[in-house]
Amino acid sequence: MDRLPRWADVALVPLVSLTLAAIISALVIIAIGQDPWEAITVMVEGSVMNAYGWGYTLYYATSFIFTGLAVTVAFHAGLFNIGGEGQAQLGGLGVALAVLFIPWPHWTLALLAASVGAAAFGAAWAAIPAYLQAKRGSHIVITTIMFNYIAASLMIFMLVDVLRPPGKMDPATANFPPEAHLPSFNEIPGLNLIFTSGVPANVTFFIALIMAVVVWLLLWRTRLGYQIRAFGKSEPAARYAGINPTRIIMIAMLISGGLAGLMAINNVMGEAERLLGNSASGAGFIGIAVALMGRNHPVGVVLAALLFGFLFQGGAELGLWTKIPIELRTVVQGLVILFTGALDMMVRMLLIRIFALFRPAKLEAA
Amino acid sequence: MDYGTLLQVLDSTLRLATPLLLACLAGLYSERSGVFDIGLEGKMLVAAMCAGAVAFYTGSAWIGALAGIAGSLVFALIHGVTSITFRGNQLIAGVALNFLASGMTVLVAQYLFGQGGRTPPLEGHARFNPITLPFADALQPVPVIGPFYHEVLSGHSVLVYAAFAIVALTWWVLYRTRYGLRLRAVGENPAAVDTAGVSVKGLRFSAVMITGVLCGLAGAYMATALQAGFGKEMTAGRGYIALAALIFAKWRPVQAMYACLLFGFFQALALRPDVVQAVVQVKVPVPFLDALPYILTVLVLAGFVGKAIPPRAGGEPYVKER
Repeated sequence: MDRLPRWADVALVPLVSLTLAAIISALVIIAIGQDPWEAITVMVEGSVMNAYGWGYTLYYATSFIFTGLAVTVAFHAGLFNIGGEGQAQLGGLGVALAVLFIPWPHWTLALLAASVGAAAFGAAWAAIPAYLQAKRGSHIVITTIMFNYIAASLMIFMLVDVLRPPGKMDPATANFPPEAHLPSFNEIPGLNLIFTSGVPANVTFFIALIMAVVVWLLLWRTRLGYQIRAFGKSEPAARYAGINPTRIIMIAMLISGGLAGLMAINNVMGEAERLLGNSASGAGFIGIAVALMGRNHPVGVVLAALLFGFLFQGGAELGLWTKIPIELRTVVQGLVILFTGALDMMVRMLLIRIFALFRPAKLEAA
Repeated sequence: MDYGTLLQVLDSTLRLATPLLLACLAGLYSERSGVFDIGLEGKMLVAAMCAGAVAFYTGSAWIGALAGIAGSLVFALIHGVTSITFRGNQLIAGVALNFLASGMTVLVAQYLFGQGGRTPPLEGHARFNPITLPFADALQPVPVIGPFYHEVLSGHSVLVYAAFAIVALTWWVLYRTRYGLRLRAVGENPAAVDTAGVSVKGLRFSAVMITGVLCGLAGAYMATALQAGFGKEMTAGRGYIALAALIFAKWRPVQAMYACLLFGFFQALALRPDVVQAVVQVKVPVPFLDALPYILTVLVLAGFVGKAIPPRAGGEPYVKER
């Protein structure tokens, strides 16, 4: 017996990984002389016990759904896209260009244009590493890391030297016009009964959920999705089946980059309403944790994104109300990636041992 | 640009190239053994924090450096256990360790010192102070060579000279010892090494540990020589530039030194945009200079500037029997 039942594979493995990450996080909190119980209380109260907290939790979750889906699509093609951060920053540039220079009469049109801009710029930033992987065999992990840094430099240049309005000191674009304002949850009829004070969560959340469904349909209900997954499972087999590797690498990475870029409509257009430096603020990297935790399935990604939204908002509350620094969330993020991504085999081996312990007992009973 | 300015830029080149070089050589051991390591950044950061904190408590840069190495070794051990023992994804492990380091260093520094994640400024023997090479003052009046010897080569901390000595040592170990032969073999064809009766896991663990030691030195240099204390995220992507240099050098030690000097030169230029402007007569945006190492690495990876072929077994855990 060296396979786990399906339910254990889908639900138990991530839960055990998460528990291990949580235990170590608690030990870290104890080690720095703080109370883990107090920490979890503050986190829960500040993020999910009232509408205001949810407004932030869902706002963060929205960004993480996009970046998590981005990593997921690439993963299914056997590609590890670490470049979500840079692609999301470029997406922000796409949003800013689409919204700043064309006077849109209504936010729906502005949103459409911004989405196209964000996805196109994100996809374009992923296209070069994808092409180099497909045509020249350059390892996509390294090129996407390099492109993150190139993106950061490019954005500094754009914000300081090109897009900064004359006479302004801070490296940021001008404010977006009020017509391009996306309705927040407190401005949407119906939802405003729950969200009474201003929150950053906005209509983009629903777009993120739609994208999760679209990604599911793409991967498991279309010919292209089948080709992507086949290619990810075995490149030689896919090649024999007549699947063009270059085409699959390019398409998977363009979709991945586009999804990462789309994140920008949430944070740049929905929240900041202007393009700031370091706009993605790490969400691109969190997408890696979200995809691993969500077992590369859109449903898992949405759940994991909510969990990380909670972690992010709760972590911010920790920084405000306790002596635990806000960086705790980076530690938890690292632990989650370590246990769900890299130590997957360890958790699995552990569970297989435990299952084996119970098996003979069952046979005796029968 | 006059000779004095050139010497200044070359002087900072050496200072800035050193942490890159140490981290790059660190990565060389791990990757040559077939274990990809994108966690150089995290190991450097942990080492910088440990070195900064312990140097502050003990007042000794040397004990600080040992603490830095110890901290980096702990992370190297996690990387080894994850990617060698449990055959996990080496790239994901590296990413995880970088985040862990980024958060843990601030948490611990804040707990110890309460200064927003920094260590207190280091003074005196808590830092590696500049060493004046023999005859530097006596030779200074000699035209051209004298000032070069005095300004550029002399007056660095001991770790700078150590880094360049380790280049020679690494070359010797890699190409002139039995260990080096096995190390290169295990990165190309672990099955052959296994057949010869040498432990693949043991070799890879030893390489990953050497990586830990060298990253420890790189981090200690950051906190106790280049700067006076640890600061949040102080490595600022140097681990990735080192990785870029390693690829640029095609995983060879002497070429790694040239690559790190080149990338260090870019970093030195980014500090002096006025010099760049004076030389090329055009205003070059500083971000472009910052991005140059990464752009060059992409070009190398793309095969436009020679072809970079990584160790063949890199990234794949070795399974003894099927």
